[in-house]
Amino acid sequence: MKEFMMIFRSEINESFGPTPEQMQGNIQQWMDWMGGIAAQGKMASGNRLSFEGKTLKPNNVIADGPYAEVKEMIGGYIVVKATNLDEAMKLAEGCPILSHGGNVEVRTVISING
Amino acid sequence: MNEAALIPQLFKSEYRKIISVLCKLFGIVHIEIAEDITNDTFLLAAETWGSKGIPENPTAWLYTVAKNKTKDYFKRHKTFSEKIAVDIKLNQSQSEEFEVDLSHKNITDSQLQMIFTICNPIIPPEAQIGLALRILCGFGIDEIAEAFLTNKETINKRLFRAKEKLRTSTIKIELPTENEINARLETVLTTLYLLFNEGYHSSTQKTHLRKDLCLEAMRLNYFLIENKATNKPIVNALMALMCFHSSRFEARTNEIGEPILYDQQDKNLWNDELIAKGNFYLIQSAQGNELSKYHLEANIAYWHSSKIENPKKWDNILQAYNQLLLIEYSPITALNRTYALSQVKGKKTAIIEAEKLDLTDNHFYFSLLGYLFTDIDNAKAISYFEMAQQKAKTDNDKTLLNKKLNDLKAKKNS
Repeated sequence: MKEFMMIFRSEINESFGPTPEQMQGNIQQWMDWMGGIAAQGKMASGNRLSFEGKTLKPNNVIADGPYAEVKEMIGGYIVVKATNLDEAMKLAEGCPILSHGGNVEVRTVISING
Repeated sequence: MNEAALIPQLFKSEYRKIISVLCKLFGIVHIEIAEDITNDTFLLAAETWGSKGIPENPTAWLYTVAKNKTKDYFKRHKTFSEKIAVDIKLNQSQSEEFEVDLSHKNITDSQLQMIFTICNPIIPPEAQIGLALRILCGFGIDEIAEAFLTNKETINKRLFRAKEKLRTSTIKIELPTENEINARLETVLTTLYLLFNEGYHSSTQKTHLRKDLCLEAMRLNYFLIENKATNKPIVNALMALMCFHSSRFEARTNEIGEPILYDQQDKNLWNDELIAKGNFYLIQSAQGNELSKYHLEANIAYWHSSKIENPKKWDNILQAYNQLLLIEYSPITALNRTYALSQVKGKKTAIIEAEKLDLTDNHFYFSLLGYLFTDIDNAKAISYFEMAQQKAKTDNDKTLLNKKLNDLKAKKNS
């Protein structure tokens, strides 16, 4: 089994302001989807990313926000276990971000230690 | 009460106290001497009480005999006492005359420290459970063998090896430091959890023994709750889980020890007191930020212990299973999660997810598929239940599956 990272991106929406119920429903959709992967024993790790963040650029230039000058922002990532990229892509199906105008980028993880 | 009934009862309650105090005093290296002295104490009780009658205060009698036997041992084995005297002087710097301290405080402290000594990851979990049953619960070797469905010889060997390991690793009998305690507690809780499950799911037909195992796990867990150093939210979470589960003890088997499935249980037999205790410990467990697998399992057990049907029940259970799987995968959690999914999103959605699970060596997997296909494709349901029956290991499981198959076949023909 190899590891694959799924990176969740969506467009920055300045007027984004869901109700608590929508938030709750959204969390449940994510949990149901991730629970489905975990039920197959294929979840390795994962994290959500907060809206708070900064970007460090050359010459010690610090930009506010993690998303300066890009249209899309990364909302989180998970690492899954699969035999190949095709299987990992299958696992990505049904990801809630797809129905909210976002996308899932699936990348093979290469261990630094070789 | 005559001595024939009193001694086993005292053995259950006092054996662990005396042996814990003696182990603490001698060090784990001399655990066998501690065992011998404790056993001799009870042997003498059996001999004298039968002929001379039961003393006024049997417990105090046992303590005095244990103290004297220890002193005798020291006198008779000079080399031993010289070797150990160094350590004891370190522990009891005040007194020249060495004394076995059987005060309430020392008993409690020693027992708590023994829990950490025995539940040590350097010995395998099964051996930890065995030793805990022997030393901390005063179980006989034959009872432990029955609980593990094996023979006395195997258990004796297992315990011997475990004690050898503790001795050669010169484990100190002490409470872990503040920094270590959370990590060490995890091992202790795992052992208690396994001990409880051994009782709850054991295949032995002896219901009283199964109940005893569960009660001992709860008693040891309560011990951790009573002590400030170990009364952590996660400990309360495990306690809540055990209370909820054991509340159904009377309802889950019939007179001859056959299991009664959750749906068919008489809810009047559920123990309200234990459910209330479960609720209490669940609230205690909610302090702090930690969300352990015990919290999630207790949460699921809470919903299953509610006698009133709540429309949010399965939503909550599904979410708890999702979280549980993200913390730790296990086939049985995956199957339970898929069942919960069928309750929330319907059987058709659950079938798609179930077919991805690939747990083909597990008979519960085929039972689940059989359930999911019932009333959707009964021919398929029958073939899945038949596969489950081929793989089922216990007679109880086979009988239950047989009932389901007969019901389905009757339905098909009608």
